[in-house]
Amino acid sequence: MKLITAIVKPAKVDDIKVALQAVGIAGMTVSETRGFGRQKGHTEIYRGAEYTVDFIPKVRIEVLVDDKDLQSIVDTIVNAANTGSIGDGKLWVTSVEQVIRIRTGERGHDAL
Amino acid sequence: MDLINAGDTAWVLASSALVLFMTPGLAVFYGGMVRAKSALNMMMMSFAAIGVTTIIWVLYGYSLAFGKSNNGLIGGFEHVGLAGTLDQVVGAEGHQIPTLAFAMFQLTFAIITVALLSGAIADRAKFGSWVVFVILWISLVYIPICHWVFAAQNGEGGWIIDKLKALDFAGGLVVEINSGAAALALAIVLGKREGFKKDPMRPHNMPLVLLGAGMLWFGWFGFNAGSALSAGHLAATAMINTQISTAAAAMTWIIYEKLRNGKATTLGVASGAIAGAVAITPACGYLNPLGALALGLVAGVASAWAVTRKYKFGYDDSLDVVGVHGVGGLLGMLGIGLLATLTANAAGANGLFFNGGATQLNRQIIAIIVVALFSFCATWLIATLISKTIGFRVFREDELTGLDTTFHAESAYDITGNSNRY
Repeated sequence: MKLITAIVKPAKVDDIKVALQAVGIAGMTVSETRGFGRQKGHTEIYRGAEYTVDFIPKVRIEVLVDDKDLQSIVDTIVNAANTGSIGDGKLWVTSVEQVIRIRTGERGHDAL
Repeated sequence: MDLINAGDTAWVLASSALVLFMTPGLAVFYGGMVRAKSALNMMMMSFAAIGVTTIIWVLYGYSLAFGKSNNGLIGGFEHVGLAGTLDQVVGAEGHQIPTLAFAMFQLTFAIITVALLSGAIADRAKFGSWVVFVILWISLVYIPICHWVFAAQNGEGGWIIDKLKALDFAGGLVVEINSGAAALALAIVLGKREGFKKDPMRPHNMPLVLLGAGMLWFGWFGFNAGSALSAGHLAATAMINTQISTAAAAMTWIIYEKLRNGKATTLGVASGAIAGAVAITPACGYLNPLGALALGLVAGVASAWAVTRKYKFGYDDSLDVVGVHGVGGLLGMLGIGLLATLTANAAGANGLFFNGGATQLNRQIIAIIVVALFSFCATWLIATLISKTIGFRVFREDELTGLDTTFHAESAYDITGNSNRY
């Protein structure tokens, strides 16, 4: 089992959700977050004073997947999140040792 | 009993309510401009100003401002507790209104003037010290200047209006230049906010700022047109001039910043509107509509430039009371000397551009200098006195945490994440 974590542009979250539903994922978690990558921050101007905002709003998406579904779901997210411009975000995959469904106590694949 | 003019009375009563509404408007305007952690404290300073100033006004404020003049410097004590004002009237023959309507109208001016000052010391003043400051400042700075400029008593009243004969229709001296000069003194005595010029101190809620600007714009019609103290031609002139200058300055501010920074901002359009309203305040009853337009066009650019000066000079007038109210008031007062015309108001004057010579302009300049100097020096003394005794500035930790929890045991928002679910 793998955990896919993707940091994406807030405006792309809906596209990603629709695409993931289309390939039949069981669930996903999103959280609002802030940070910077190569894009760096952006500049805002208030009464002529320019402020560099280092941390820009992003959304973190987390999806737990079976090993066999990994590649197709990763591709789905990358395709849906891509705009071609700087600041599209990043995605990484980590191994998951155990998953438990809290309601029933099911473990492993059954809990996905 | 004297006959009162019902139409005039109705307009002054309505105007009093309009002007009072400006101070909550200012609270919203300022509250949105500071960081979320001190937004309530910012708004609280305005609401405290309403309470404290009202009590002072009833006890002795009105009397010292509008009682019988002592050499044009200060009124007498005959109206302490508003004694001798019930059933009395003020105003010219045929345009008389109840003295209490006038007292109420003038009270709302005192309130917003001191509330304006809170913008210079955002995020760093002890709340109790602010309340003490309001008491001292209204008593020792506002009331004398109000008397000098507004207390006309057939040539025997306040020295600026009755002796010098400088013109100030609705408070360019009393409210705007006074608050601008006092704000500079306050910002200097309290010092810069922690992180000034280093940390971004972005307005935390721009929609609130725009709402507040709208409330101020709305109330300003009472402020300016109400200052005619009658419901007729002069009030109409003042009202349309207010609209013209406010709208024009809102546009020139954003044009200027579009050229300078590349973007037209919502804070710019709100600030420009206030700058235009400030500039027309002393002049609204003396200019024709094109004069008001010219003044507004200039005011938007001048204030947009002026608000960036604090970074050069290094004083932290946090919400730009000096750049907007000081500079706007200065422009409006000088504007009278240049653009006033007797066709707009027979009781006014002709300015330099209307074949009036420099006579009126010179009077305006003298009044500006005296009011600005008196206000700056007296405010500096009061603020320094408070600093050296009970302290004016908060502890560094409290400033970093934010003043809302420190002084009011409240926080402005609980809408972030799921924090209210567990």
